[in-house]
Amino acid sequence: MAATTGGVTMADSTDTTETTDRQRCGERTRAGTPCRNWAVQGGRCRIHARRAAADEAPAAADEAPAAADETRAAAGSAEGAGTRSGGARTNGAGTRRTPPTLGDFATGPVESRAGFRTAGFEGSAAAPRRTAPAGAGGGPGTTSGGDGEARDVLDALADVLGDELADHLSGIGGFLRRRFTGDYEIDDFGLDPDLVLHVLRPLMRPLYDTWWRVSSRDREHIPKGGGLLVANHAGTLPFDGIMLNYDVHDATGRFLRELGANLVFETPFVGHFARKSGAVLASQADADAILARGALAGVFPEGFKGLGKPFSQRYQLERFGRGGFVATALRAQVPIVPVAIVGSEEIYPMLFDARMIAKALGLPYFPIVAQMFTLPVLGPLGLLPLPSKWSITYGEPIETAHLGPAAAEDPMVVFELADRVRDTIQRMLTKVVMGRQSVFF
Amino acid sequence: MRARRIMVTGVARPMIARFARRLAARDDIELVVGVDVQAPARLGAADFLRADLDNPVVGATLVDSEIDTLVHAAVHSRPRAAGGRRRLKEHNVIGSMHLFAAAQHAEHLRTLVLKSSTAVYGSSAGDPAQFTERDALDRRARGFGRDMIDVEGYAVGLDRRRPDLAVTTLRFANFIGGADDAALAGFFRLPVVPSVLGWDPRLQFCHADDAVAVLTRAVLHPLGGTFNVAGPGALYLSQAIRQAGRAHVLVPAPLVDATASLLLRTGRVDAPVDQLPFLRFGRVVDVTRLEEEFGYTPRWTTAEAFRAFLEHRSSRGLGRQDLLALGGEVRQWLQRPAV
Repeated sequence: MAATTGGVTMADSTDTTETTDRQRCGERTRAGTPCRNWAVQGGRCRIHARRAAADEAPAAADEAPAAADETRAAAGSAEGAGTRSGGARTNGAGTRRTPPTLGDFATGPVESRAGFRTAGFEGSAAAPRRTAPAGAGGGPGTTSGGDGEARDVLDALADVLGDELADHLSGIGGFLRRRFTGDYEIDDFGLDPDLVLHVLRPLMRPLYDTWWRVSSRDREHIPKGGGLLVANHAGTLPFDGIMLNYDVHDATGRFLRELGANLVFETPFVGHFARKSGAVLASQADADAILARGALAGVFPEGFKGLGKPFSQRYQLERFGRGGFVATALRAQVPIVPVAIVGSEEIYPMLFDARMIAKALGLPYFPIVAQMFTLPVLGPLGLLPLPSKWSITYGEPIETAHLGPAAAEDPMVVFELADRVRDTIQRMLTKVVMGRQSVFF
Repeated sequence: MRARRIMVTGVARPMIARFARRLAARDDIELVVGVDVQAPARLGAADFLRADLDNPVVGATLVDSEIDTLVHAAVHSRPRAAGGRRRLKEHNVIGSMHLFAAAQHAEHLRTLVLKSSTAVYGSSAGDPAQFTERDALDRRARGFGRDMIDVEGYAVGLDRRRPDLAVTTLRFANFIGGADDAALAGFFRLPVVPSVLGWDPRLQFCHADDAVAVLTRAVLHPLGGTFNVAGPGALYLSQAIRQAGRAHVLVPAPLVDATASLLLRTGRVDAPVDQLPFLRFGRVVDVTRLEEEFGYTPRWTTAEAFRAFLEHRSSRGLGRQDLLALGGEVRQWLQRPAV
């Protein structure tokens, strides 16, 4: 209760100046306590007004109790607090202590197995939240005085910003605490699920939802067990890899383990970033190891040739490497899923490749893209990718199990299978490109 | 079977001294001779022989005491403690050559246990996510890694010339935990821990208790073969620094050499400079063979070993506890009574 006292003193000081002319929201929270946000429209706060409009429920403005003032310092988000502690209990007892294995990260619904939230921040308040168990130190005893400054600040924030934001903040707070104390787990290949779910995915969501409006087709073709997703590669910068990863996670809750070239891991910043987001070196040892654990692997056999091809050759597949991906799938006996990504070719229309500069910088290509000519006018804004409309189509899985692992040693089988995968993707690409109305809609 | 007679080199190191004490306390072991140039603090029931490895007295003892098991744990990685890199190499490589040459003529010898390091795999962008014992050793290795590869090579040569000898090579990850000092332990004791800008290596540790247990098992159940020994799992360097509650400073790659030699000169850190690729790419090994063939499951994961090390040392500055206390305060606020 000490917490409440601390809060009330502060709330009182605001009362003397503001209660007279500002009205509180008349709604009740889900737990039955009065909402203590300021009313903005129709006697409701911003959040409840929106909810009421959505539900078309009759207004209950006359319910505003006189006691609202006395309790305003207490939890407005009691609903949030309740489910949070519930989440903490289950996580603390069940999943947190056992270190997540790769199987937890890579297969099956992540939320229930590893205790991480799959959906980032936007989920409902009822989703279990990964809160540290009380035994982890710094338990209630450390702050029994109740005069914690952090609490006052948070109270004030909740007062100003409202319940949902406080809820949101607590999510971020938990994340920050884990990051600042290093209290998270990585898997055998360096994937950091905490970072992916709470930073990278929320960052990429606007690109996926709004900027490129990715539509995803035939998701049922993604294998339930292990599998190798093979896609076309384009767009100067590997945004297609990021979007494919996002889409697979959206569809299955699993992390796509993309096989990256040596150059990726040799590059500062990019290398460890790729590793943390789940990429694996495209070597026989690592590719075999990740597939042996039943993960979904992703590969772009065109490599840098595909990424750095000129705009005039868009949606024409380059050579599919040396077919190493087929041999990998054959050894692991997993199906190959052809994937066609449309839209990525138009984000950075590459007019030509400045080979001299590329050579000097040690890069595989140096793109001169259309946007660069807008640089003098738009400044850095000119380097944004164009907002083309994207689609990701998953093709029928090509089974490899009937060929047996020995087929990986037979170059004829490997080449034929590689050609078949390439033709399938090319056909899918052509079909989708022909079928679209416009590049941007 | 007659009681075992064992020689252990490198006993000045507390962890190895502990291992020697533990062996000497067993009933089925008759004699334990510890060899080093410095006397260890405590050696229990074990005997101590103060000698360099190239001293003929070591070979003479091997023969005269009818030693049947030789544990070679005297290959060091810390140049400062050894009095400079050149003397370190002299000790590591030439010392091991002499020791193995003497061992070839010790007719009672049946078992050789070599304490090696995962440094033999090197560190590069092309590394597998987890090295297995079948992976090739680092051909471009320098410094300690090179020494260790050479010593492993001599052990292989000895194995070939003495088919009756079971050679067990144990490749340990960085030791941490317990009272034993390790190169990386000093690194995490710095008030501000440097790392290379743009890189975040994955680290792996081996708890000293596990190391002693594995060495003991290798002596009691001589199998022959090569095994990685490490705590399962890995930590990113940035993660380890945060767990240690240390401030983190990012050093641009061109200044890394200067920073490293500064730290070495001031004696705050005693680590080989030529391990710098390690600070970019790290190194993680697979311990499946240790668990399945050798028959030992590490009791400490890498994360647990590191946590044990953190609890052991005294903390300064804004530590993990402070952050946890702050976290507790936030959590308490979120669960405040809803009336």
